[in-house]
Amino acid sequence: MSLYCVQKLLYQLNRDPELRRRFADDAEAVIAAYALTDEERDALRHADIGLLYVLGVNGQLLMHYAALHGFAWQAYLEAMREGIRRHGPVRAGVYAMLKD
Amino acid sequence: MPLVFAGACSHAPGITGRGERADPVAREALYAAFDQLREMLEATRPGALIVVAAEHFANFFMNNMPAFAIGMADHYEGPIEDKAWLGIRGRRIAGARELSQRLIAQVMQTVDVAYAEEWLFDHGIMVPLHFLTPRFDLPVIPANINCQGPPLTPLHRAYDFGRALRRACDSVPERVALIGTGGLSHWPATPNSGKINEAWDRDFLARWAANRRDDMTSYSDENTYREAGHGGFEIRTFIAVAGAAEGATGEVLFYRPIPAFAVGCTTAVMHLAGN
Repeated sequence: MSLYCVQKLLYQLNRDPELRRRFADDAEAVIAAYALTDEERDALRHADIGLLYVLGVNGQLLMHYAALHGFAWQAYLEAMREGIRRHGPVRAGVYAMLKD
Repeated sequence: MPLVFAGACSHAPGITGRGERADPVAREALYAAFDQLREMLEATRPGALIVVAAEHFANFFMNNMPAFAIGMADHYEGPIEDKAWLGIRGRRIAGARELSQRLIAQVMQTVDVAYAEEWLFDHGIMVPLHFLTPRFDLPVIPANINCQGPPLTPLHRAYDFGRALRRACDSVPERVALIGTGGLSHWPATPNSGKINEAWDRDFLARWAANRRDDMTSYSDENTYREAGHGGFEIRTFIAVAGAAEGATGEVLFYRPIPAFAVGCTTAVMHLAGN
């Protein structure tokens, strides 16, 4: 359920310019409105793209969150690779659909 | 009026947003292929264009994910993405509300389709329109198949959706064209972005061009993920086009893996009777 909430926040940020403005002004207040784990909140706070990827956030949402924080395309791809190195394989979501 | 056009093409955001990263020869060949597809579309004098897309959480999310959706608005907005990132400026795109209503009513006879009076176009629709209707002067009817959030729309149901779209288009007096947009094998927006399984792509395209339904719908999602990545789930849009052209065979006009665009870039048409 928690991954769902992280992704919902990113989905709504992508869709809603007003929410993006609020997020720029006070990210904590926006993040607080979602039922997230401490790890997820930290990853969002620090735009830890690698950890968000490992937590299972879909790239179609994550790439826009990365762009919002100034990641150029190659930096975005590298951040995900670094996430794998630091945190291990993707834990949930589509990219964890194969169990072998 | 029988469906006047059924085609398929790629929609990767890099095609417009990161053009400078690609090999220029490959890029220009792709742009020429899009031009060819546009000319073929224009030659059929369509009054409206249905775009069967695999949108990426721009409108449809796991709070209420339809297997199929069709737009029913006077107009739409796009792109939802950062305009500089996609390389396509923001605009309003004309819809065809009343035609949408009639088509949806027909599709609903056999498919439980959701309809939407709001729709923000993402790159899945904007990139094809950028090339195929560069003046954005052809009314568009967006359609979506869930290729993103599992459980995904089953492949055989995507074919049936195409059949239903065909029956609907054939039942109205307007000249309606159909384009499916999606990737074949690709790993978009993940560390494997740029990886392409050309053999898998060519095998799928051969099945598509032959319009052999069972050959197209026999993939399991696990195998597709393994061999073609999560982007491979978007073959549903191609399969829907094949369903709309059931009885006809098709032709792959262009296929070239372009890693900078993260997909085997494709244009293709079905040879509909009478066209």
